[in-house]
Amino acid sequence: MSARIKAILRVFGAVTALSSLIILPSLLLAALWHENTVLPFIDAMLPAFAAGSLLWFAFRNNRYELRLRDGFLITGGLWLIASLVTAIPFYMALPQITFTDAVFESVSGLTTTGATMLTGLDGLPRSLLFFRSSLNFFGGMGIVILAVAVLPMLKIGGMHLFKAESTGPVKDNKLTPRIAETARTLWVVYLGLNVLCALAYWFGGMSPFDAVNHAMTTVATAGFSTHDASFAYWNSPLIETIATVFMLLGGISFSLHWYAWRAATVSHYQANSELRGFLAIAAAFIAIVTLYLLVAGEINGYSQSFRAAMFQVVSHITTTGYASTGFSHWPGMLPILMIMLAFIGGCSGSTSGGIKVARVQLVIQQGLRELKQLVHPKAQFLVTLGGRRVSESVVISVAGFCALYITVYLILVLLLSADGMDLLTAFSAAAACLNNLGPGLGQVAVHYQALSDFSTWLMSFAMLVGRLEIFTILVLFTPAFWQE
Amino acid sequence: MKILILGAGQVGSSVAAALSVEEENEITVVDRDLNRLRELTEKLDIRTVTGHASLPSVLSQAGIDETDLLVAVTSSDEVNIIACQIAAQQAGAPTRVARLREQEYLALAKQGLGGEAAVTAAISPEQLVCEHVERLIATPGALQVLDFAGGRAQLVAVRALHGGALVGHEIRELRRHLPQGMEVRVAAIFRKGQAVKPEGITVIEAGDEVFFLAPQGAIKAMMSELRSADKRLTKRIFISGGGGIGRRLAKSLENRYSIKVLERSRDRARAIAEDLLNTIVLIGDCADEDLLREENIDQTDVYCALTNDDEANILSAMLAKRLGCPRVVALINRASYAELVEGSTIDIAISPQSVTLSALLSHIREGAPERVYSLRRGAAEAIEVVVRGDRRSSKVIGRELDDLQLPESTTIGGIVRGDRLLIAHHDIVIEPGDHVILFVTNKRDLSAVIALFKEVDWH
Repeated sequence: MSARIKAILRVFGAVTALSSLIILPSLLLAALWHENTVLPFIDAMLPAFAAGSLLWFAFRNNRYELRLRDGFLITGGLWLIASLVTAIPFYMALPQITFTDAVFESVSGLTTTGATMLTGLDGLPRSLLFFRSSLNFFGGMGIVILAVAVLPMLKIGGMHLFKAESTGPVKDNKLTPRIAETARTLWVVYLGLNVLCALAYWFGGMSPFDAVNHAMTTVATAGFSTHDASFAYWNSPLIETIATVFMLLGGISFSLHWYAWRAATVSHYQANSELRGFLAIAAAFIAIVTLYLLVAGEINGYSQSFRAAMFQVVSHITTTGYASTGFSHWPGMLPILMIMLAFIGGCSGSTSGGIKVARVQLVIQQGLRELKQLVHPKAQFLVTLGGRRVSESVVISVAGFCALYITVYLILVLLLSADGMDLLTAFSAAAACLNNLGPGLGQVAVHYQALSDFSTWLMSFAMLVGRLEIFTILVLFTPAFWQE
Repeated sequence: MKILILGAGQVGSSVAAALSVEEENEITVVDRDLNRLRELTEKLDIRTVTGHASLPSVLSQAGIDETDLLVAVTSSDEVNIIACQIAAQQAGAPTRVARLREQEYLALAKQGLGGEAAVTAAISPEQLVCEHVERLIATPGALQVLDFAGGRAQLVAVRALHGGALVGHEIRELRRHLPQGMEVRVAAIFRKGQAVKPEGITVIEAGDEVFFLAPQGAIKAMMSELRSADKRLTKRIFISGGGGIGRRLAKSLENRYSIKVLERSRDRARAIAEDLLNTIVLIGDCADEDLLREENIDQTDVYCALTNDDEANILSAMLAKRLGCPRVVALINRASYAELVEGSTIDIAISPQSVTLSALLSHIREGAPERVYSLRRGAAEAIEVVVRGDRRSSKVIGRELDDLQLPESTTIGGIVRGDRLLIAHHDIVIEPGDHVILFVTNKRDLSAVIALFKEVDWH
């Protein structure tokens, strides 16, 4: 076995062992509350932990510096293993679901999608509900980034792992010179927002258990709830406002949060053009949806339609996917619009899915530049972001990303249709999964039980592809990657 | 320590690589070339900032206000000075080390443009390379010569050749070969690029690169142990290339040796000739076989190819060797070229980068009790540590060398106590004020070694 493979196995073992520990908090709660989920949790955690540790131990003395390519392999592999391992508790604790569905549920949790196979949430063991939410929590900032933050062995290779999991077009920006420190800082900011969010929910009238669970799924812009009715369970404008604020915060770059917090000013927020674009898009669509709802007579009264529009638009553009009153019965273009919002997504470096605002800004500018160039063939037009020129290589790579993203999406829609889904379901399920949104339209408006086994696996794959921003997963499918 | 490095050229990258191995260093590198920075981040755990290094906005983006050490090694002297000047005006100004090629700037930089001195230490590659070549000429056969404890001990690298009395024998036989009372320590051996731990029973083979530590008087005797005795005294030196380095070298050597300088440009040759009165300045190409033969290259003791063109230096040095010059030296910028040719036809390849790097590193660690030198283009390091404290506060004082818990890759070469070099024996007891000289063949262990010698503060 070559030194490279040993080194990959060594890192892989360590991150697998570490990520199996994300089951531990749920296990402790299950034991504390004497619920029958203790055994499923142990069965899922122990073998993974043991296997990972063994792998690490066997190759612990291996010295080899990981390359970018190895980063993709480890990250992709880890997400796959973590999805399978975290599916075990669902499969064992809930006799009504198949293993396919259990994997879908865990992938949906880890990728912060929030699409579910389960109904009757209110009757499930509380530790299992907590486990679902904690998947959102760990997947939000990323399990690989957590590993980089915690494991001292990932120093140089850490950067490659970090790049393979973080979001946005430019991934070279480190907060601090040391990658482990950067990862740690991001996790601390993330954790801090979670705590704030939980306190706010509690203050807003949720029970402590619900507050903690919903905080974990809000800041991660994920969308799992502990109630079938989701936010309609409380029907409280205050709670919905809190959720809106924290979904928006989760949709903003966490580096930006850190800079702003460290300098104790909001000037960093004001100066960031991606954030301004993100908020402008959100505000514009809230206005459009509010007016549309009023004019169509769907909801009576300005304040009620504003409340529904604000919550639903923010929930979709950040790819959270919470529901309050639901949107599938809304008139005219609104249901489709809501699904399409998720394509935009939040800011780069946030926990949200979708294409990301910065890429949308760049690709639209690039399109407009082509138009201007037709009028002035000799002129030099630049693509800028926040007043600074963006290098051509970034523009090209963003254009490539968008093209590939849409292609993957279309293939998913076609495959779902081929599997017998109606058009509305296929269109919305593919969008909701690829963008890590969650609920769709038609047969998947509430849950995904209508999907066949094939479609379920396909959608699990789509969620992973979307969470890791397609390149990380797709590169594993190129023949060139495996040569040599 | 927070370190800011300006310029990601060869020196900047090597400094970053050498310093980022140590856990506690947080390194940021600034350069204008995004691609070069990207390549660097693939290899090292550092942060990078793209931009012009002397702009205040770029410096503040790179965190100049929190920096403890600024290393300015961009290709432009002006940028280096201005960046250091800006840093000097910060509250809690960092230590500022700059590379300055132009001599006239040296004084200016030390003085500063009003108020605070711009740099705390300036490095001049030309001067360093010159001194390096001088030391090599003074010690025939040596590949590298380093001074320790103010010259009281020297570390010499030499390639072992057939004919040396010790070649093919075990190291422990050395004591019988050398005169009574003369002590020399073999500190490190590189065999085909790999470090071999020197122990009593290690056999020195022809072709090995041997590093030994010796008091100045013992170097000659030791050299003849490793290669057939070189009876010839160095008298005639031939220098190709009348650029900054060639001219400076000729200037400092011309009163002790007979020097010829070969320069291609007529104007330049005229300027040099005005300056060098005891030197013969020739005009011509360094690859001109007839010219070299005409000028009796076979009677020359040392040929130095010092133009700014790597390929020309290599080829003309090979040519001189073939025409009968016994020792040829070539200035080679590219590390990969240097490794390729050194030891085959060309006796010594001088890398300005590695010379600058080791000077930079020792400046960077100035003030710290230890000084680190890099050997063999960074493949190993020699450390000189001054032992401070007393029995209570130090982990080494009062202990025998055998009891020290050193990493596997580390050997103790010797101890300079007062004016004497004590060669390391297992029962020597370390005293306060000793300069301990160690060799580390694995850079990762460097910080552990330095930590061992640190004075522990119990308060």
